Amino acid sequence: MGLLDTEETGTIAVRVALFITCFNDTLFPETGRATVEVLENLGVEVDFPYAQTCCGQMHFNTGYQREAIPLVRRFVDVFEGYEAVVAPSGSCVSMVRELYPMAAELAGDGRLAERVAELGPRVFELSEFLVKELGVTDVGAYYPHRVTYHPTCHSLRMLRVGDAPLELLRNVRGIDLVEISEAEECCGFGGTFAVKNADTSAAMLSDKIRRVLDTEAEVCTAGDNSCLMHIGGGLSRLRAGVETVHLARILASKAEEG
Amino acid sequence: VKPSDAFSRGPTPTFEESAKESLSDSQLRRNLGRATQAIRRKRAVAVEEMPDWEELREAGRALKERVVRHLDEYLLQLEESVTRAGGEVHWARDAGEANRIIAGIAKDKGAEEVVKVKSIATDETKLNEHLQREGIRAFETDLAELIIQLAGETSSHILVPAIHKNRAEIRELFIEELGAQNLSDRPSDLTEAARLYLREKFLATRVGISGANFAVAETGTVSVVESEGNGRMCTTLPPVLVTLMGIEKVIPAWRDFEVFMQLLPRSSTAERMNPYTSFWTGVSEGDGPREFHLVLMDNGRTDVLADEVGRQALNCIRCSACLNVCPVYERTGGHAYNSVYPGPIGAILTPQLVGIGDPGPDSLPYASSLCGACYEVCPVKINIPEVLVHLRGRVVRHKQDRGGPRQKLDPENVAMQTVARVFSDTELYERAQRWARVGQWPFARGGSIGRLPGRLAGWTAVRDLGPIPQQTFREWWRRDRGSV
Repeated sequence: MGLLDTEETGTIAVRVALFITCFNDTLFPETGRATVEVLENLGVEVDFPYAQTCCGQMHFNTGYQREAIPLVRRFVDVFEGYEAVVAPSGSCVSMVRELYPMAAELAGDGRLAERVAELGPRVFELSEFLVKELGVTDVGAYYPHRVTYHPTCHSLRMLRVGDAPLELLRNVRGIDLVEISEAEECCGFGGTFAVKNADTSAAMLSDKIRRVLDTEAEVCTAGDNSCLMHIGGGLSRLRAGVETVHLARILASKAEEG
Repeated sequence: VKPSDAFSRGPTPTFEESAKESLSDSQLRRNLGRATQAIRRKRAVAVEEMPDWEELREAGRALKERVVRHLDEYLLQLEESVTRAGGEVHWARDAGEANRIIAGIAKDKGAEEVVKVKSIATDETKLNEHLQREGIRAFETDLAELIIQLAGETSSHILVPAIHKNRAEIRELFIEELGAQNLSDRPSDLTEAARLYLREKFLATRVGISGANFAVAETGTVSVVESEGNGRMCTTLPPVLVTLMGIEKVIPAWRDFEVFMQLLPRSSTAERMNPYTSFWTGVSEGDGPREFHLVLMDNGRTDVLADEVGRQALNCIRCSACLNVCPVYERTGGHAYNSVYPGPIGAILTPQLVGIGDPGPDSLPYASSLCGACYEVCPVKINIPEVLVHLRGRVVRHKQDRGGPRQKLDPENVAMQTVARVFSDTELYERAQRWARVGQWPFARGGSIGRLPGRLAGWTAVRDLGPIPQQTFREWWRRDRGSV
């Protein structure tokens, strides 16, 4: 187990910084609130450093890499003092963990490279933090809905969170979890890809939507609101009657809210 | 477009433009979807059988990396070994030089026809067109290559060049072009028709032209891996054999086949072993061709070598596993990439071979959602997503540094610069969040945004967008937790 030994004390005493991500901060604040709730219910102390903005992924992955470097520096400045950093986004965490070294290299800044290498391993996506670091697979949630889970590409192939989100979902009371076919295929979002190659992105989306509908789920969940915004945007346009809900919100659901 | 650009004559369209066309071709979508899904599943089974697959991948990567690091030494060693075995080595700086060398050899032998076996390198140099201008007809002998040659098309897949065609389409083509009578669309009948046509060519033609999968520096042995046996006929029946290979195809030693012959067939055709593997070392008395020419071609490869991140693209063994798992390739097909190297590997190889600064190839690193499926299956562990991101950086920096004043006004550039400034300052960032909330009113109707302006319209063409909520997370935290 990573950060702490829960067996000895029976309680979790750890302080983490919430990296909300600019995307969730602005567009999906309820995911942030749910993340705080899930962590605090487990006894984790959550701090929110206001100086945080964006990790720079959009700039970096679109090729505006010189422009991303100040954002990399800023991220490191804001978060390096924390024992652990948790974010409700596999994609933004993979930027920090997997691509910050490349950004530091591009900046030609050896000190930044060291700081990035030191901070990176302490930045976690929510589900991997819960399962792999805290050793928690049951957060006591109740969610009486038919749900299908879309494993997002970056959490799957860059962060290797594996089954962590599914382990958490399986322990949710009342949930009817159904598997989606070709689960590991990309939904077609890909950041600016969805705008630059809108037609190809739409073709990928239509297959993902077909598979979501095949499950007859009422809710499609994932660990990234960016992918969910894409899938949900298509479902909404088709008036498909299927909702997209971030994993954190399911994990924060309690019986009375059911 | 540089004069040495072998991939296009005149500017090529961008990926976005070309993809539009193929995405709306329902027959193509079905052919490709079925083919890639089937081969994907088969590959997974063939790889699953191997307990040491990850070690093999690592060995393959390490070997290729060593080749790239000591390319100069291995190439000179290869030249020496081939010459010792009775072959002749030619060096070609670019596609034009390679074509001239090969045409020169054919003319020297008085050949009016040549038979060819699947060689992507000769597609890269557009050898067939060059030979035609020199009055020499080239006959493709790989079944799929023959099909697309007869159809007057170009390859859409590294390994299965006619993947975009189905049996019915091939039947019609053979009836029209080969004059085949009473032809059914059964695979055995279609191959028989091609066989009758090709056998004559193999026996009558004096010059055979091939590509190479590997060439061993230590021994001078060249190898071609194929499924049909036509390659073997092409490399053994004509008295003169010319092989064109990119300089990165050299491998150090004979024993390295242990690694590559396990990695390649399972990754490409999902076979434990491919049906035909030919090896030849120079010429042998009384067996096979009496003359052997090996043309070693650079054509941009040393430029790729100069890029420390991008050079891993040279590790590619052309298995095409990355094409078969790519969700973009599966939907657009190979032609959208406007290069003989399509799919994820093409998206990182083409712009590097051609050089950054050409809108067509420059669009290729963007033809990916960065989902990472390609990296996972690559038998030599080329980190394709990493190179894609790296090349996007080169494309943008090239535009910014050489684009002049017009580039500064490019809407994307302006937007990115502005947003980067906003993200660099907490106060500006929070102000922008408030403005976005106010600014969305013309678009947000009935609880969702259905139409956005400008380049963002691509999003709302098929997707709604939820409106920006009235309270950001940080506003909630500030209010709820009461601290600043």
